[in-house]
Formats: sequence, structure tokens, C-alpha cells
Amino acid sequence: MDWDAFAVSLKLAAWTAAVLLPAGLLLARTLAFRRVPARGLVEALVAAPLVLPPTVLGFYLLTLMGGASPLGAVWTRLFGHPLAFSFEGLLAASVIFNLPFAVQPMQRAFEALPTDVRPAAWVSGLSPWRTFWAVELPLAWPGVLSAFALTFAHTMGEFGVVLMVGGSIPGETRTLALSVYDRTQAFDTQAAGVMSAVLLGVSVVAIAAAYGATGRVGRRHG
Amino acid sequence: MADGLDVQLRETAPIPLELELSCAPGELLGVVGPSGAGKTTLLRAIAGLHPLGAGHVRCGDSTWFDKASGVNLAPHRRRVGLVFQEHALFPHLTALQNVALAMGHHPKAERAARAAELLTRVHLQGLEGRKPSALSGGQRQRVAIARALAREPQVLLLDEPFSAVDRRTRASLQAQIAELHQGLAIPMLLVTHDVEEVERLADSIALLDNGVVRLAGAPSQVLRDPLAQRLVFGEG
Repeated sequence: MDWDAFAVSLKLAAWTAAVLLPAGLLLARTLAFRRVPARGLVEALVAAPLVLPPTVLGFYLLTLMGGASPLGAVWTRLFGHPLAFSFEGLLAASVIFNLPFAVQPMQRAFEALPTDVRPAAWVSGLSPWRTFWAVELPLAWPGVLSAFALTFAHTMGEFGVVLMVGGSIPGETRTLALSVYDRTQAFDTQAAGVMSAVLLGVSVVAIAAAYGATGRVGRRHG
Repeated sequence: MADGLDVQLRETAPIPLELELSCAPGELLGVVGPSGAGKTTLLRAIAGLHPLGAGHVRCGDSTWFDKASGVNLAPHRRRVGLVFQEHALFPHLTALQNVALAMGHHPKAERAARAAELLTRVHLQGLEGRKPSALSGGQRQRVAIARALAREPQVLLLDEPFSAVDRRTRASLQAQIAELHQGLAIPMLLVTHDVEEVERLADSIALLDNGVVRLAGAPSQVLRDPLAQRLVFGEG
């Protein structure tokens, strides 16, 4: 069992969820409630990671973050190391790759709010900010929970983008999924088997927790 | 107009509106007209839920919208009580919490007791702890009325509040509105399709068609007009 890889995976999943929850919430709410110019294009861009080969996305991100790119050059000047093949670069890639897993469940949850509950809150004297906390979020909570679980589990298991952008540096960018690949290549089936079982367990527990909580919230409001 | 509601709206799209109407404190103005006449849009415009091109919305000393002077208060800054057609209660909150949430202007400690008082006023004592899903259609609409009153509104707007309930419930809700009408000294607007209802409850009627007030006055006078017969009853 590669505990370093396990720690990197957990750290990456936690950070990705921490960044994507507020950012995804804002984007999901905007798409659900506001008039967005070129909505079709924005939604297509958000959903693109679902169908794009991870290697293709990884290639573009690597090009964007590499030392030769303006972003990569600025990053190296500021922090003294390149963005590509660093944990920060991996996190940026993970955030982009997980965008649909975070945004779509929350967007659907906001769109499914009962008709007129938001206007009803406003005419009840609640500011848009109070309406968000007192009405929108409690009702869209199952979507937020699903978004968290999907993002977390998906990051734990991501392989292609992580390999392209992170480069499998032990203790820095080598995740559990990459370690499974390494161990399999080295015919260490026992270690690969243990780590695969851990990833399977984490995925099942995360999804089950989300479904369970969603069901409870649904029954509570039903 | 110093007291009451004074509305002048002009709008070309998406729904054409060109109307002026007023409603005195304590008056119940019935708004009738065929589907698509702009009745619901009128109420939403007063509440600030429908953007307006021109005109003004004033109530008492407050100006909520005035295109000329650039005033346009957000819905939560207008003291409006609005009862929606489909109640629009907050499904995750109990009846008491639904009402208490509209009492942001009162200290937190007082809200529950005041909300309970309002629920008693609409004859829902004992049901404070129920969520909307555990209430009947008529009970939900009573909670919606209590919530609208919780805001201590300067105007009460009722958007076809009886359309989604059965005949018996409708009769008891009408009695509830009549009772409120007796005790409230604010302008009340009731949008309805039901002519008998408006005749029984309203002090005056505005007949809307295509976003324009075609007739206004006492119910007996307006409803006897051949135009009303044609637009409301579909005769002639």
C-alpha cells in the first residue's frame, strides 16, 4: 500500500472539493437563475470534461501551464517552481476536470426549486442573500451533497489528467490511481489489489453517503 | 394620492400594459378580465417582481417605483403582502416557521409568538408544527395569507388565491378574506376569474383587457356593462 499516494489523493480530493463547492455553487446558481449570454456555449464548456479524453484535456492544460506559456512563466517567477508537475498545477487541472461533476447536480437542484418560492421569500422581506441561506440552500442541499460526493470520489479515481499534468512524482503528484498503474506495470498485483480495493471502497462509501443523505433530505421535505 | 395604492404602468413588451388604478386604504379592489389580460403581471409589477418600462407605483407615503425619478425598490424593500396562486410556501419549513420567516422586522424572540397569533387569526391553531406537505390545499393557502400579513404590509395582493382548491374550501377561504377585509385598513387587490366571488368580496372592480383598464367602478355597475358581459362571461 502506497500511503504517500493515498495521502496525495485525499489531499487533492479535499482541496478540489473545497475550491469547487463555492465556485461551482456560484456558477450553478447563475446558470439556473440568470440570463447568461451564450448559455449553450457556457454549458457545453462546463460539460466538456465528461466526454473529452482525459489525455486531451491534460495535453491542453500542460500546454497552458508549461514553462513556455505566459501563465507558466509568471507562476515560475512568482513561486520559483513551474506550475506543471506540481501539486498546485494538479489541483488546477482537477478543478477544471471536475467542473461538470460539481456544477451539474447543483444546477439541477436550483432549477428544481418549487415555482415562486424565491419571489415569495423576497416579498416576505428577505434580501437575496438571506433568501439564498434560508430558502435556496436548504432546498438545493441534496444537489450540493451529490456534487461534493461526486467531486471527491471522481478526484480520488482520476488517472489520465493527473498523469499528464502531475507526472507521478512520489509524495507530490503521484495519486493512488497512478500508484495502482505503477504497481500493475511492476507485476506487484498484491499492492495493486489492495489499493484498488481502497479506491473502490472510497468511491462506494462517498456515493452511498450522498444517496443516503439525498434520500433523507427528500423525505424530510416531502 | 396621499393614502392608498396609486399605480400607473406603461410597458410594451413582453406583456403590453398601459393602466392607471388606485385603491384606498381598507378598500378591496377586484381585478377581473380574460386570461392574458395582465392581471398577474399587474400584481407582480406592484410587488417589484416584474420589471417595468415606465410609470410609478406608490403606496401611502412610499414610492416603490418611479421611472421619472429613477426609484425602483427591490421586492424585499417594498412592504407588500402577496398571496400566490399556488401558495409558494417554503416546503422545508413548518407553518409557524413559514410565517415567522417573514417577520425579519421584529426581534427574533418575538417572532414565534406573533406567528402563532397570525395562524390563529386564519384558523390554523394546532397546525403550527406541520409542514406544507402535511396540510390541505385550503390550509396551505391560509398559511400563505398569514405569511403575507406577517410582513405587516402596506398593501395586500391576492393572486387567484382560491383557484387551486375545491368549492367548499373556496367558500371558507372567501369568508376568511371577507373577515380580513373588515379588520385591515390597507388597500387589497384580488385577482380572480370568479365573478360571483368578486361581486361578494370587492368594494370596486377594475376590468382588464390586453393590459388596459377598460372599466372601473362599483361591482354591480361594472359587471352589468355589456363589455364586461363579453370579456368576463364570454357573452355577446
